[in-house]
Amino acid sequence: MKKITSLLLAGVLVAACAGCGSKGGDGADVKSEGVMTYAEYDAAALESEVVIETYVQAKQSWWEDKATLYTQDKDGGYFVYNVACSEEDYAKLNPGTKIKVTGYKTAWSGEVEIIEGAFEIMEGNYIASAEDVTSLLANESELIKHQNKFVAFKGMTVEASKDAAGNEAAFLYNWDGSGQEGDDLYFNVSLDGQTYTFTVESYLCDSSTEVYKAVQGLNVGDKIDMEGFLYWYEGVNPHITSVKAAK
Amino acid sequence: MQAGQRGKRRRVLAAAAICIFLLTGCHGSRGLEAFVMPETFDTTAQYEITFWAKNDTNKAQTAIYEQAIADFEELYPNITVNLRLYTDYGKIYNDVITNIATNTTPNVCITYPDHIATYLTGANQVVPLEELFDSEKYGLGGSEIKYDSPGREEIIPQYLEECAFGGHYYAIPYMRSTESCYINKTYVEKLGYKLPDTLTWDFVWEVSEAALAADEEGNYLVNGQKVLIPFIYKSTDNMMIQQLRQKGIGYSTPEGEILLFSDATKELLETIAAHAETGAFSTFKISSYPANFLNAGQCIFAIDSTAGATWMGSDAPLIDISADKLVEFETEVMAVPQFDPENPRMISQGPSVCIFNKRDPQEVLASWLFAQYLLTNEVQIAYSQTEGYVPVTEKARQSAEYQDYLSGSGQDNALHYDVKIKATRLLLENVENTFVTPVFNGSASLRDAAGQLIENTVKSVRRSQTVDDAYYAKLYEDIASLYRLDQLGRQSGSAPAAERTELGPLPGPAVALIAALVCAWVLIALYVISRKRKKK
Repeated sequence: MKKITSLLLAGVLVAACAGCGSKGGDGADVKSEGVMTYAEYDAAALESEVVIETYVQAKQSWWEDKATLYTQDKDGGYFVYNVACSEEDYAKLNPGTKIKVTGYKTAWSGEVEIIEGAFEIMEGNYIASAEDVTSLLANESELIKHQNKFVAFKGMTVEASKDAAGNEAAFLYNWDGSGQEGDDLYFNVSLDGQTYTFTVESYLCDSSTEVYKAVQGLNVGDKIDMEGFLYWYEGVNPHITSVKAAK
Repeated sequence: MQAGQRGKRRRVLAAAAICIFLLTGCHGSRGLEAFVMPETFDTTAQYEITFWAKNDTNKAQTAIYEQAIADFEELYPNITVNLRLYTDYGKIYNDVITNIATNTTPNVCITYPDHIATYLTGANQVVPLEELFDSEKYGLGGSEIKYDSPGREEIIPQYLEECAFGGHYYAIPYMRSTESCYINKTYVEKLGYKLPDTLTWDFVWEVSEAALAADEEGNYLVNGQKVLIPFIYKSTDNMMIQQLRQKGIGYSTPEGEILLFSDATKELLETIAAHAETGAFSTFKISSYPANFLNAGQCIFAIDSTAGATWMGSDAPLIDISADKLVEFETEVMAVPQFDPENPRMISQGPSVCIFNKRDPQEVLASWLFAQYLLTNEVQIAYSQTEGYVPVTEKARQSAEYQDYLSGSGQDNALHYDVKIKATRLLLENVENTFVTPVFNGSASLRDAAGQLIENTVKSVRRSQTVDDAYYAKLYEDIASLYRLDQLGRQSGSAPAAERTELGPLPGPAVALIAALVCAWVLIALYVISRKRKKK
């Protein structure tokens, strides 16, 4: 009898966990009263106050009671820059954690973000699956609709990057090779004859992470699949979190 | 798209340092003995020193540091220099402060005098340089130096004086720059204006407002695009500081009295707010790099450091936007706008080098030998050519190599890029019109506060918030509080920790209290010992 009860309890627990930590859940995102849908947020004017509910997908950094977060709901991505956050609260922000953010919508170098915000942790959990946007890379007006989402790029080829001195490499520390290990990594990847610059953002993924080491191990000509956040800086500039040999 | 990404997000790292000046006397309180100049440098022992350097995310600058280290190590085989690179002065500042607490500071460090004033809160942490300057053997131009070291008189006196405060020289200048206004002259003339001999604030505001004329579809007439911010300022702290100086309005006294929060400052903010409201003005922190807007034909007046000149213009060697967004135009380089064209004033800025004290005076001497090497013509000329910097020694400036470089302006769009050399000349011709702000413990925070007044005002206007007298009163209060400027009066001025006034003997009641506490602890200890003995 004890065994049966244990199995039943275990079954209930597994079902509960699966329910709350679902990957890419299909259910609609129901917003609380006074909270914008993604469409309303998207339509809001720059410099206007916005209130959103979203789910933390990754944490970039915490500094002096301010956090920078990659977040997403089931409809779109939100980059939350320097939101007021105690160190204690920052520790509570795990992938999937639901938060309500109040702040100002703004744009910096093409990256639409929420700044000077405050947040509260809510009940709920959602982790987005990486959406394959490889086919949209050449179409910026379509690609930008996915800005800040967790996305995937498949079957791209590593191209040589040139530092300011003209030396070729599979990746550079900083945009021109002026950095050292621990700095951002920049690398070029191509698809259909077009070359794009992708980044391993060192605050998001430092030199101890798998992705940082994977990029350090790239060779020109490698075919790779990648995942990351669709960040913008004067054009598309994804912050890559995973690099693997193309399947 | 293959844009040269230098857009690592602007990070307000200075925040960590805001309150550091309040920690007077706490850091490094275990302290170091004051540096004593050795008679001779011990060439039989090995010394490993660290050099924290800042580059402008510029590979050429990194290469020059590496070459300088290699050349120096060849001359001094018993000294190894480990380079740590930064791209942000604020990060160096924070890291130094963190390392002062654990006595793990670098040996040699690129820095700003404002920052050194904070480092001095740790007793004997930063080495005063007079004795090193004047050493017959190892001083500037000393007899035992293994390279062609400049004499003290060969360093531009004004730049050397910028490194003196609290009664000592705490740094040597490394490079100097100022700010320039990089102008889309093509658009200014298209709007029907002609650039004056000296740029004025009135002219810049007038042209910026005129540029906002748009067609029915919202395309600006001057550039045919939907995006235009006619005037963008990179460093709003400099904007405020230069406006104050040009107008003769108080900023601070040398002793550290804060004069920033005045009615006259408010008048300057009101003008800025009026132009932010129309969309004629914005800042780097709010919108992005002025160079990116300028090069895309979306900005007419871009103010940035002369050390940012290689990013400015259609033919700039460093470009941060994709080729399809680049617009062709003629770039003019002028001094920052003035209120009084007859009496131009502009900021003097640029990195200096300080030396941190260590327990072994020989290690400090090794650090000094390397720091001094950065003043040689080889390093000075090579580094100044990477951007719109000027060398800090007359020796380098008057050299045939440097003069050739200047006269080659426009020969190519790399080493001789004309915008860069115009920016360099601007400073060379205006040294007597440059100024620096007083250095004291807290001056770095005051500088941040000056810029934040503009940033907050512009943001508020863009958000259609009410900006009136009550707003400014609250703004002053908030900024003073945020940067702890309201507590500065209680802090010491620029004197280093080791030289602060003695507070005199403890008052009688305090002595009695301490004595009572000591007695109590002794009695407790005796009681515990006696109990243990009884148990045995």
